[in-house]
Amino acid sequence: MKIVVLVKQVPRAACDISFTPESNLERTGKRFRLNGADECAVDQALRIAPWRRDMEITAVTMGPPAAEEALRRAMVLGADNGIHVCDARLSGSDALSTARVLAAVLRRVEFDLVLCGAGTSDSGMSAVPAMVAELLDVPALCHADTVTLHEHRLEVRRGDGAVRETLAADLPAVVSVRECCGAPRYPRFGATVSAREKPVRTWSLADIGMNGARVGLAGAATRVRAVTVQPRPRRVLAGEPSDVAARLADFLAERQFL
Amino acid sequence: MRELDPVLVLAELTDGVVSRSTRALLTLARRFGTPEVVLCGPAGDDTLSVLGRYGAPIVRTLWGPGVEEHPTAACVEALVALAVRTPPAAILLPADHAGHEIAARVAIRLDAGLISDAIDVRPDDSGLVATQSPPGGTHRVESTVVRGVPVCTVRTEAVPLVPAPVTARARPFALDLPPHARAVRLVERTAVAPGQRPDLATAAVVVAGGRGVGSQDLFDLVGELADELGGALGGSHTATELGWCPRHAQIDQTGCVIHPDLYLALGISGSVRHRAAVPDAGAIVAVDRDPAAPIFTIADLGVVGDLRDVVPELLAEVRRRKSRPHTEV
Repeated sequence: MKIVVLVKQVPRAACDISFTPESNLERTGKRFRLNGADECAVDQALRIAPWRRDMEITAVTMGPPAAEEALRRAMVLGADNGIHVCDARLSGSDALSTARVLAAVLRRVEFDLVLCGAGTSDSGMSAVPAMVAELLDVPALCHADTVTLHEHRLEVRRGDGAVRETLAADLPAVVSVRECCGAPRYPRFGATVSAREKPVRTWSLADIGMNGARVGLAGAATRVRAVTVQPRPRRVLAGEPSDVAARLADFLAERQFL
Repeated sequence: MRELDPVLVLAELTDGVVSRSTRALLTLARRFGTPEVVLCGPAGDDTLSVLGRYGAPIVRTLWGPGVEEHPTAACVEALVALAVRTPPAAILLPADHAGHEIAARVAIRLDAGLISDAIDVRPDDSGLVATQSPPGGTHRVESTVVRGVPVCTVRTEAVPLVPAPVTARARPFALDLPPHARAVRLVERTAVAPGQRPDLATAAVVVAGGRGVGSQDLFDLVGELADELGGALGGSHTATELGWCPRHAQIDQTGCVIHPDLYLALGISGSVRHRAAVPDAGAIVAVDRDPAAPIFTIADLGVVGDLRDVVPELLAEVRRRKSRPHTEV
């Protein structure tokens, strides 16, 4: 069985995001990590692995050269190999073009199951998994809280507070998992060492049979027009109870919890 | 011109009642043209009157074999078919699980620009301008759609509802789902009973109390605050030791690890084990008496104060804001 895990590199601190004048994510001087939900997706693949024959877990990412770190992390957590789609023309891709690139990769590798995180901590674009499924014409089970794989049938449970649902589909399928599906197990030291030896294939757009017209800034159907910095509230407040209660409620309202 | 442009809005019913997000989407949709509602399933008189009150003259009610079992696929097919027939000014969907998936599939089918999790949308010379608030809340991003019909999922919690009554008419829309659209089967769907708190591990909002809460009575008040915010109630190790909250609601490394968008920690100093159980909360708000409490090191907003004063005040303030007229019409 072949499982492909789609992963993304995100800024280490969610509050430390800034943008370049071209409205791309500022990368210089920032520390990056593998997106939390994607780590959980790799771990879900590992939980399936012991019960299947000929398991191969491939991590796939799209991003600048430094994004290979995210693949290495996925391999420390248990992926067997990695594919890194890296091309200068990919800069500025939106969800639509990202999904096209990932779908083009998936058409070139065999897969029975595609796992990925249900959202990223840097942009919250949770659309890519469903888009990839639509492009490949396979079922998508999005925002899964638990994943269970039966003989040929995949079952997920999910909830959004008001309703809880159980959904089922046949393989091949795309599943996006939320972080609450289970924290990734802490890797053994040996896994960290052996991950350095695992193979990573770096593919350009030509390797996946695409030209630059439908990806990157040229192919993006959305444009970022302006990015404004929101003033951060003072971190620690003290004062009259009614006063601080109002400021607390302001904070909740500002973050749309009220 | 503006009256002619339809704006497709995906409607949702919760317990048979038009949900707040749908009413908010209709309020936003009227900025672009005439809302045209797509509803999966039949519309009763009550549903039609609410949709009409928020300015939707046409309600497309989807029916056909398999529509009930495959609501996501049915909505995708219907939205694509309607958008191809008459290109709308925009397609607006709620930013929930189903909304995100439907929006993504529609955007691929129409080769149109998708903007997720907008907190505001408004018309502009270039079409639709959407404002997003990326996680962390430090930035606001304004985006436009440059190709195709703008498809937009909107977080409507902060959108005030404004009615504009018209007469709504149901137009049944027959669908014949292709076989591949039936790939995902709904096995079970259970509504979480009203008043029942969401599951702690998967809740979007978690309110928790610790030793600083001081008494069972005040802890019950913390529970009321959790209910007002639609969140789950948890407790620190000490709170469960003292019997204020059940053992299964203990938030720490050996108890429950939580992943909320909002974590409200009341009277919790924040031991290492407790902080380890909140690895990726979207926003952390902490209230504690001790200004040196470690919980403040991970808090986005901290308040130094006595819980006995702050909790009742905060509960009253939250209730007051929730009952403000413009938020619920």
